[in-house]
Amino acid sequence: MSVNQTSFRSKWRTLTDRAVSVLAILATLLVIAPLVAIFIYLIVKGASSLNLAFFTQVPKPVGEVGGGMANAVVGSAVLLAIASVIGVPVGIGGGIYLAEFGRGTKLANAIRFTADVLNGVPSIVMGLAAYSLIVLPQGHFSAFSGGVALGIMMIPTVCRTSEEMLLMVPNAIREAALGLGLPNWRAVLSITVKTASPGIITGCMLAFARVAGETAPLIFTALGNSFWSTSLNQPIAALPLQIYVYALSPYDDWHRLAWAGALVLIALIVIAVSLVRYVTSRGVLKGAS
Amino acid sequence: MGVGIEVASLNAWYGTNHTLQDITLNIPANHATALIGPSGCGKSTFVRCLNRMHETNPIARVTGTVRIGDLDIYSDAQPVEIRRRVGMVFQRPNPFPTMSIYDNVASGLKLNGYSNRRALDEIVERSLKSSALWDEVKDDLKSKSGASLSGGQQQRLCIARALAVDPEVLLMDEPASALDPVSTSKIEDLIFQLKSQYTIVIVTHNMQQAARVAENTGFFLNGRMVEFDSTHKIFTNPSDKRTEDYITGRFG
Repeated sequence: MSVNQTSFRSKWRTLTDRAVSVLAILATLLVIAPLVAIFIYLIVKGASSLNLAFFTQVPKPVGEVGGGMANAVVGSAVLLAIASVIGVPVGIGGGIYLAEFGRGTKLANAIRFTADVLNGVPSIVMGLAAYSLIVLPQGHFSAFSGGVALGIMMIPTVCRTSEEMLLMVPNAIREAALGLGLPNWRAVLSITVKTASPGIITGCMLAFARVAGETAPLIFTALGNSFWSTSLNQPIAALPLQIYVYALSPYDDWHRLAWAGALVLIALIVIAVSLVRYVTSRGVLKGAS
Repeated sequence: MGVGIEVASLNAWYGTNHTLQDITLNIPANHATALIGPSGCGKSTFVRCLNRMHETNPIARVTGTVRIGDLDIYSDAQPVEIRRRVGMVFQRPNPFPTMSIYDNVASGLKLNGYSNRRALDEIVERSLKSSALWDEVKDDLKSKSGASLSGGQQQRLCIARALAVDPEVLLMDEPASALDPVSTSKIEDLIFQLKSQYTIVIVTHNMQQAARVAENTGFFLNGRMVEFDSTHKIFTNPSDKRTEDYITGRFG
């Protein structure tokens, strides 16, 4: 082979390498662009209406200037707390069963199928389900029913990601645990689940962030509330609901508050997710994967 | 102290695959016994039957008797109890990645509810010294993950972890096959020292290794044990033609 040919080939190889790198970078930018765009847009539109009152006051009646969404911020926190209390343990428990105890059983296949279907159910249907199961028998809207609707929405995501993460734990780790004479339940909880926990936590955070922005399941359950309430038995305000109502209203003042609400919602989700990551990553050892 | 192992008419299956056929042998206490043979000959299955790890696979089945010391492991005891008396070191180092070096060694005791801190400290130190790892890790016992060590160190960590629960028998399934020559020789030195206190059964593909560390050697072929004798005899004057063919490299 002549020198010429070799150098042509090596040039061609370098070129292809460059081209693929550029394409990959472009694709990455395309992925990030919408997120950045939304964030910038929200800051432009919403930041000007953000002030202390937003976080300390409840909404004012139409026509009065000012007011905030303190009740909606707290309401969202309450709803998400209820949702997490239901969705996280049930989801992780289901994931552990699917990956560790029920492998290959009919029950496990049925659960996996059900979880996938549940994941695809429109969120408004989830709200209707909570409405007929809790709101109708009780005779009133409530924070509790809203939390349950969101919690049920979290279950399939948490369950399936937990299962996937547990399946990624090498079998050698399970064998090491059993080889030490640990009972199976102990090996699963203290070794396999612990090894998979960063992934499981990511799954929980994804589910949390997803339901934090849900509006539809709350329409028939938490309903929304213009006043201050933290009672689980009363209708409660939530940021997505409040944004929905304000954005549809004909008042400019409310539109601005809706923008601010959207900005706060996204910021709170980012803060919550980062906080959980920070707390759970503390104590991780040097070299631990 | 180590105890002897008596195996009689041991048969094992994976599904319909009859992987071990009629194995009978006596493994003496406080000696190292090597098992050699080509891949798929059943030697790994055999050691996994000695601590009932074989049956963790749902399609696996075993018949026959195995006595370890005075315990008939398939009728007198639960698998969990046996595995505390029969430690195991696997082919690939498998430290628990989320645990510190200390917790890796202490895991067998801690997770079984043992919580005397001072005693744990002592056991961890003794186990790491027995596995010749202490000097290399003593300064970052609790700050470094078991996964941050080199492959050879990880394997010695796994040996320390197995020793910490104070077993009578140590099973080693090709413990050095994933390691470089320096780490391999460290593991071999270790086996040499450990056999005064433990009965060691080591599966190996490396025949020089068997010759270096073991007093007795068994040759497995196609699920059967062809020959079991002193290592010296196996390597210099085997009784069976197939053993001779294997050790002289004519097949396998």
